[in-house]
Amino acid sequence: MKVHTFKKGIHPVEFKHYTSSKEIEILPLPDDVYIPLQQHFGACCDPLVKKGDEVKTGQLIGASDAFISSPIHATVTGVVKAVDSFPYPAGGYVQTIHIHRTGDDEWDLLPAYRDWKSLSIKKLNSQIRDAGIVGMGGAAFPTHVKLAPPEEKPIDTFILNGCECEPFLTADHRVMVEMAEKVLTGMKILMKVLGVGKGYIGIEMNKPDAIDIMSAKVVQSDLDIQVMPLEVKYPQGAEKMLIYAILKRKVPAGGLPMDVGVVVNNVGTAVSVAEAVTEGKPLIQRVVTVTGDGIKEPKNLLMRIGTPFQHAIEYCNGLVDETAKIFMGGPMMGIAQYDLSVPVVKATSGIVASTRVGKVESQPCIRCGNCVRYCSMYLLPTRLARLSELGNYSEAHELGILNCVECGSCAFECPSSIPLVQWIRVGKLCVGEMLQKQVKN
Amino acid sequence: MVEEKNSDIGRKTAEASKPKKKADPRKKLYQPERVLILASSPHLSSTESVYKIMWSVVGALVPAVAASIYFFGLFAFWMILSCILAAVITEAIINFVKKDGLTIKDGSAVITGLLLALTLPPSFSIGGGVLGAVFGIAVGKQIFGGLGYNIFNPALLGRAFLQAAFPVAMTTWTYPQTTKYATIDAVSTATPLGMFKFEHILTDYGDLLLGNVSGSLGETSVIAIFLGALYLIGKRYADWRIPVSFIGTVFLVGGLFWLVDPVKYPDPVFHLLSGGLMLGAFFMATDMVTSPITPKGSWIFGIGAGILLLMIRLYGGLPEGVMYSILLMNAVTPLINRYTRPEFFGEIRT
Repeated sequence: MKVHTFKKGIHPVEFKHYTSSKEIEILPLPDDVYIPLQQHFGACCDPLVKKGDEVKTGQLIGASDAFISSPIHATVTGVVKAVDSFPYPAGGYVQTIHIHRTGDDEWDLLPAYRDWKSLSIKKLNSQIRDAGIVGMGGAAFPTHVKLAPPEEKPIDTFILNGCECEPFLTADHRVMVEMAEKVLTGMKILMKVLGVGKGYIGIEMNKPDAIDIMSAKVVQSDLDIQVMPLEVKYPQGAEKMLIYAILKRKVPAGGLPMDVGVVVNNVGTAVSVAEAVTEGKPLIQRVVTVTGDGIKEPKNLLMRIGTPFQHAIEYCNGLVDETAKIFMGGPMMGIAQYDLSVPVVKATSGIVASTRVGKVESQPCIRCGNCVRYCSMYLLPTRLARLSELGNYSEAHELGILNCVECGSCAFECPSSIPLVQWIRVGKLCVGEMLQKQVKN
Repeated sequence: MVEEKNSDIGRKTAEASKPKKKADPRKKLYQPERVLILASSPHLSSTESVYKIMWSVVGALVPAVAASIYFFGLFAFWMILSCILAAVITEAIINFVKKDGLTIKDGSAVITGLLLALTLPPSFSIGGGVLGAVFGIAVGKQIFGGLGYNIFNPALLGRAFLQAAFPVAMTTWTYPQTTKYATIDAVSTATPLGMFKFEHILTDYGDLLLGNVSGSLGETSVIAIFLGALYLIGKRYADWRIPVSFIGTVFLVGGLFWLVDPVKYPDPVFHLLSGGLMLGAFFMATDMVTSPITPKGSWIFGIGAGILLLMIRLYGGLPEGVMYSILLMNAVTPLINRYTRPEFFGEIRT
């Protein structure tokens, strides 16, 4: 078996042993869910319910007319307690619908199409949109937008992303092992909508069971789908790295995968697509890995969107006393949380509690060049961070600061513990503002 | 449970502010009992640290130090100790004056003192060595802002200062105590490079490998230096590209000269084994702070230093040119960095 990979990148300790062999459990429904109206990249949804309304599971409660947006559905059956701004796991506050559960699920589903093969592409894509499906790997880009590329960008290949290169996380791994059939159905639907015949499933070599199961399933399928074992290396699952690893195509700087004729979707997204089309179920739940040395009993949990972190953590027997940090997502790109009442959103792949404080103080850059050596985007992180610190945004822009994918490899390897990614994020924001001003003038 | 309380407070405060008009959302920030640390990702890091790198370099120099003491006696030990102490104390004093925290534990001042001592002739005065260490740290490093900000390798700058201040003492060499010429009153001689340059005498390669020749305290034993360097490169604390390109250039270009005129020019193996090339290429040119950060830049740095070294050795007034070749390349390192920026992933150059 030939192992594919990209250039550079790092090898962090995986920490996947906590949950990699644990079956997905269904988290008991929480009494309260908090469903943010913006869980996706794009326009925020308007609430369609008000305080006191009764809602059913799967009912549409938020929508927007904008193309780049994704509708929001109720994830439990109950009463709307509030529509207000609540803390959001990606930072800040977002308009959120608070639903108090009154009982078991009463379903309000979309029409289901068991024989989806006979549906038109348009119909399929609108079903995907109506189900509120977004990229579940972390970016939360509305899937229906990805599936409708402009005509001048023909798509010839579809890649299903099962890398899960972040340490700790095993949600995608378990999904592939336990829901292989749904993953494949979802993939076929996605390929049909895109009208492509060639598909790949990229899986890192540290998930041999997933590779075996998916390979076996693929053989039975009628489409040209190939499972690609990939080297265990971070950030293997970053879209551009994955495309390069499998197809050796380089997405142009500043471009999108569709510029090289590829669409990449996460395995979790594929499952949601399958459920949306064949069962009429909108995106109301997802698999989340609750793990880390701060969690007493790490688990893979299937939970409703809007479940407070607290509820999921309690189901895992709570936190150990030394817990210092809790973040949403993996440790490399995850977002640190200060309030455990924040809800699980469509893009939450994991809740990781860590007892390590991390390096707090940084030392001057000794120009060891590690950041340059490991940057998978071939940037000069130390220089970019310095330029951002100095406020020299025009030079930072020339040196390609906007190409940074914030994977964190540079800061991981920095012997001086310089918060490189933090500075680069500041720089990217300021460069963006600078460019907007230039456009206006 | 503590966490339960936390989230309840969070919710209550959020709801409590609802009836009011547009309340400042920041007021909803709750005060948790369990303090969670907020930080930008990544939340994992490798175990590398400046401290580890610097002390590993010191460790990698142990064989060279041992060889210098073996060949040049306790004097080498005292010289090394004095230079290290002078460097560390100078750094501590400057830290104190500038009111930054004490930076001596990071080990970089120790390296400066140690490397400087290893490049001094065996008959040099200890006071002179101390002076060089003080100069190296004060002018070579701290004036620029300390570790990470210096342009030149501080140890080499200290040595260059001594070379300018004491040109005779800096070029007076004695035999190692292990040779038959060694007496109580050291007889002065020339280094193998000097002997070739001025008298056309070739030194035995076995002696060059072991270090049983005259020269600076720590530069003579190729084997000892190589041992330490292997460790550094294996640990990735020294970029292998620099010594490979530096030594490779000297070997290839030096070899060309030798092919053209084997009588006038020494053979390339002699180039490699003699003088301070090994110490310089493995321990001075690879100084992270003063060498390029880009892989391509490292190649250019090594090749440039190699050519400069040969020019000085073959055409310059001095028999040896490791120090100046590295210092000159240090000076152009920022420029090299600028012109060797790697192409971004997927970059379309216009």
